[in-house]
Amino acid sequence: MKPFKFDWLVLPLIGVAAVLILWQVSSASWAKDLPTPEKTWQTSRPYIVEPFAKRGEMDQGILRFTWYSLILVAKGYALALIIGTPIGFFLGLSKTFTKIFDPLIQVLRPVSPLAWLPLGLVLFTSAGKNASELGALFTIAVCSMWPTVMNTAVGVRAIPQDYLNVAKVLKLSRTKTLFKVLIPATLPYMFTGFRLSLGIAWLVIVAAEMLTGQPGVGGFLWQEYNSLIYEHIILCIVTIGVVGFILDRLMSLVEKKFKTA
Amino acid sequence: MSYLELNDVSKNFGGEPVLKNINLSVEKGEFVAIVGFSGAGKTTLISLIAGLLKPTGGSIKLNDLEITGPGPDRGIVFQNYSLLPWLTVFENILLAVEAVNPNWAATKRREHAEKYIAMVKLTPARDKKPGELSGGMRQRVSVARALAMDPQILLLDEPLSALDALTRATLQDEISRIWSEDKKTVVLITNDPDEGILLADRIIPLAAGPGATLGPSFKVAIPRPRDRKAINHDAHFKQLRRDVVEFMLNSKSERHTAVTRKLVLPDIEPEDLNIPRSMTGWRKTPIRKNELKEESVEVKP
Repeated sequence: MKPFKFDWLVLPLIGVAAVLILWQVSSASWAKDLPTPEKTWQTSRPYIVEPFAKRGEMDQGILRFTWYSLILVAKGYALALIIGTPIGFFLGLSKTFTKIFDPLIQVLRPVSPLAWLPLGLVLFTSAGKNASELGALFTIAVCSMWPTVMNTAVGVRAIPQDYLNVAKVLKLSRTKTLFKVLIPATLPYMFTGFRLSLGIAWLVIVAAEMLTGQPGVGGFLWQEYNSLIYEHIILCIVTIGVVGFILDRLMSLVEKKFKTA
Repeated sequence: MSYLELNDVSKNFGGEPVLKNINLSVEKGEFVAIVGFSGAGKTTLISLIAGLLKPTGGSIKLNDLEITGPGPDRGIVFQNYSLLPWLTVFENILLAVEAVNPNWAATKRREHAEKYIAMVKLTPARDKKPGELSGGMRQRVSVARALAMDPQILLLDEPLSALDALTRATLQDEISRIWSEDKKTVVLITNDPDEGILLADRIIPLAAGPGATLGPSFKVAIPRPRDRKAINHDAHFKQLRRDVVEFMLNSKSERHTAVTRKLVLPDIEPEDLNIPRSMTGWRKTPIRKNELKEESVEVKP
């Protein structure tokens, strides 16, 4: 097809329209419980037009819920980076370290967030009131850490010997080698890892909130499912998708900035 | 006692030696060129002097001290520039200055770095990243970085081989000029005999590898400054070039290596079906040992 004016806007809208039609047809024919697009909009309106309203613990504007979720994700994600990056560096630098921990990492990596969460809750039972939040943080950190770990390790291993030779000839100290050579050379890889980690952290948040019942997009979704308000489930799904998309775009902008070498 | 002394140095990376019986002595302030085929072990030789590799046998001494590891007393210009791409020209050189002179005041370090950028005529490009520079400019940064370390000896590892002929000529003149200014001891590795003769006081061919060793050294008795156009008609230059090239070619034609390789030949006997097939359907070892045949092949250059 020939490109035309505003095709970047028109073509995606065609896709959205197609899905809306499919949705309309489905709710009218075989999925009787599925609310129609129009009904969904009607029921969700108060949450969208007053996005920051706070009417009760589990009855708040959608952006307020999103904000809670984002804060939780930010904490867990920060934790993942703080723990994951050094582990990645050790894996990349030391063969012995790799031999000791790599099998463990490969086994833990594919474990689902749903499996980690109960363990997180058990771990922090002594924290009392904060147990569920700490459990959620633990889950987010443990699940989203791996792309950072793996990419950092690959990045460190991929540092050209030339750069290391420069460090050797100049007799740079260990810290100087780390900050002047190793980290800058690994940054592009690290940021690819950071971006993938953020995607996973955002995936995990919903599961974590659903199970802990914390206020947030995921918590709201679960509560509305239990009270049979299916319109709000769709609202939550759309919100989660859009926010995830925006986060990914933002990270890819940052990532591009570091792709200098 | 000469300044740089290699005594019966050999190096192998497991298997056949790459270098053997390497004896070399370089006087202080001398410019020595080592010419060799690609793959002869030139880079290995300079890595040994730089301390990036350890010799398998023999000893390397600089200023009567055994070389045990890399250090800033031996400035090295790598074949592929080896600049850090995330630092600007100035920062690349400053990093070297800081590493070598940690006690200097910040302003003194900066001035020192600036001085060497000016020496290779790169002041306009001082804030550019290596990625924005041409090959010739990058190599000049690399030379400036090595010189800014104020090393006792300068090691040039095929510094100009990746450049086009014109840029190479310009940089040869520049290296010649810089050398005449501060008379550092230089070991230049090159694959171009003309370049070696043009720049050096002494030129030594490296015989073809594996097991490469240094040939006789030829003194270049052409007065400096040397003019690259006039030198082409110089009888001594022609004679030198002939000798060096002849030595290198002879060393190569002397090599007749017999290589024995194992062959799996088809066998006319039927296959033994009692031997179970491997699950993968592919095996490294032949089904019957008697299928292994050996063949000896004479390899000529």
